[in-house]
Amino acid sequence: MSLTRQEVAKVATLARLNLTDDELDRMTDQLAEVVGYFELLGELDTSAVEPMAHAVERTDVFRDDRVVPSLTRDAALANAPKRDEACYRVPAVLGD
Amino acid sequence: MMSPVEATATELLQRLQTRQITAVELTQAYLQRIERWDGQVRAFLQVEGQAALERAAEIDRRREAGQPLGRLAGLPVALKDLICTEGQPTTCASKMLADFRPPYDAAVVARLKQADAILIGKTNMDEFAMGSTTETSVRGPTSNPWDLSRVPGGSSGGGAACVAARMAPLSVGTDTGGSIRQPAAFCGITGLKPTYGRVSRYGLIAFASSLDQIGPLARTAEDAALLLEVLAGHDSRDSTSAQVPCPAYSQTVSEPLDGLTLGVVREHFGEGLDSEVEAAVREAMEVYRSRGARVKEISLPHNRYAIATYYVIGSCEASSNLARYDGAHYGYRTDEQVMRSERAAGRPAGPGAPTAREPDPPLVDMYRRSRAEGFGAEVKRRVMLGTYALSHGYYDAYYLKALQVRRLIRNDFDRAFQEVDLIAGPVTPTPPYRLGEKLEDPLAMYLGDLYTASANLAGITALAMPCGFSREGLPLGLQLQGPPLEEERVLRAAAMYQAATDWHQRQPAGLG
Repeated sequence: MSLTRQEVAKVATLARLNLTDDELDRMTDQLAEVVGYFELLGELDTSAVEPMAHAVERTDVFRDDRVVPSLTRDAALANAPKRDEACYRVPAVLGD
Repeated sequence: MMSPVEATATELLQRLQTRQITAVELTQAYLQRIERWDGQVRAFLQVEGQAALERAAEIDRRREAGQPLGRLAGLPVALKDLICTEGQPTTCASKMLADFRPPYDAAVVARLKQADAILIGKTNMDEFAMGSTTETSVRGPTSNPWDLSRVPGGSSGGGAACVAARMAPLSVGTDTGGSIRQPAAFCGITGLKPTYGRVSRYGLIAFASSLDQIGPLARTAEDAALLLEVLAGHDSRDSTSAQVPCPAYSQTVSEPLDGLTLGVVREHFGEGLDSEVEAAVREAMEVYRSRGARVKEISLPHNRYAIATYYVIGSCEASSNLARYDGAHYGYRTDEQVMRSERAAGRPAGPGAPTAREPDPPLVDMYRRSRAEGFGAEVKRRVMLGTYALSHGYYDAYYLKALQVRRLIRNDFDRAFQEVDLIAGPVTPTPPYRLGEKLEDPLAMYLGDLYTASANLAGITALAMPCGFSREGLPLGLQLQGPPLEEERVLRAAAMYQAATDWHQRQPAGLG
């Protein structure tokens, strides 16, 4: 399995990570090795096999539609790296 | 008189109930033990000594006053540091969550408090539970109490080491691909991964949500039963929680199983299995035969695909779960002043960011820097692997394929459990590694999960316990796997073995 540095850099962008040049080199080698190992799964014909996302295949687990207490605004914001009275504060979304 | 830390949790509970010892005396004994040895073992990230003693005093007062007490009243319990404790640091051994104090308790913490257990501290682990040696912890590795130059296993390495070193009678770990069973085997203790859905994951910081499960680490099957009884049960806040009654495990654990049939898996004894591990596991089968069990050879034909399947699914789920660490809501954020000055100086995207395109806007730049600085190397590897496997053009080849093979692995187990009551075999291919031995070779480390990961994929229950020692004096483990929700059967079979052997009573000689 060959993976290029450019491909790995693109994955880093998708994963919202920055990698240094060294990390990118090492990551390219290590991902190629592990992804190469994944090719083992190609030995199996699974065309007729239903995928299994969960060990307990339950769907539509509902609870009663009742209002229950939830975190206060202050508790929810308590761990924010930066906040004001009511909101999380982040750097500009657009532009500088 | 023998120090109380030599006794099992079950014995200690009885001594507390008959007032041969107080909760304060017992808590002090463990705190002294931690004080004496944890500088070398480094099992704990945080010890809550003062709070534990206050809680113990309160329990002693209530006992004195004849008030009703919970199931574990006065017994210290350690928690892996990815289980949320309200107002107390819960770090996942990551820089990302170094200052995180959860606003609520995990379901299992609420249950332990309800049971009047004494929460004594938080234990070390691989960062975000990703690893098999506890070496990826940002706070540095834990050592194996049997040989301080060896790893304790992982990711629940601190939890297993603290029980093996008699620094806590019980601890709570998590198992996504073997993270309770492998450290239990490496540290010579008993650890159980319950069936997926048996224990609520509410308040457990997620790694791979379809595989993660909380379970007990203990000295004996009897002690594991005691702790599981408190941890298990339905919880409406976890939609995957099983809505079935939980047996009183501690009441039945000592009853031997009549007519037990154990399956031994042909594929387990292939290439890569250490000869000492193999000999110990085969000897354990003789012990079961001598107790009236039948041992039958079976096949799990898709066993060899378990590691690849597990690392695809686990990494995909991890990349999705860890997307929440964005530096905005909680957790680590990059230094914004540094970021601003670097952007002004014409280095807008930070180290390693692609330059041949538009620079990231400040918010995205903040995400990328925060994640790059907050996560360690193994976490980045898993996030990258998962992102790659889920990305356009690869989803069918890796993720979807792995979900299909996952069903084949589950079908193997379903078929096997029509023939046998339990499956017995090794926990790990080898005895514990030396510190540093596998750290730079991810694939070699991943292959160590060969015998454990399939239980998480299939959602079944499985236990690890000591079944011998290597010539170098390192613990060797036996695994018992059972059908979904059959923890009672697994625990009883383990107790049967422990009644006939004394491996579980051995103690690391180096720790006085």
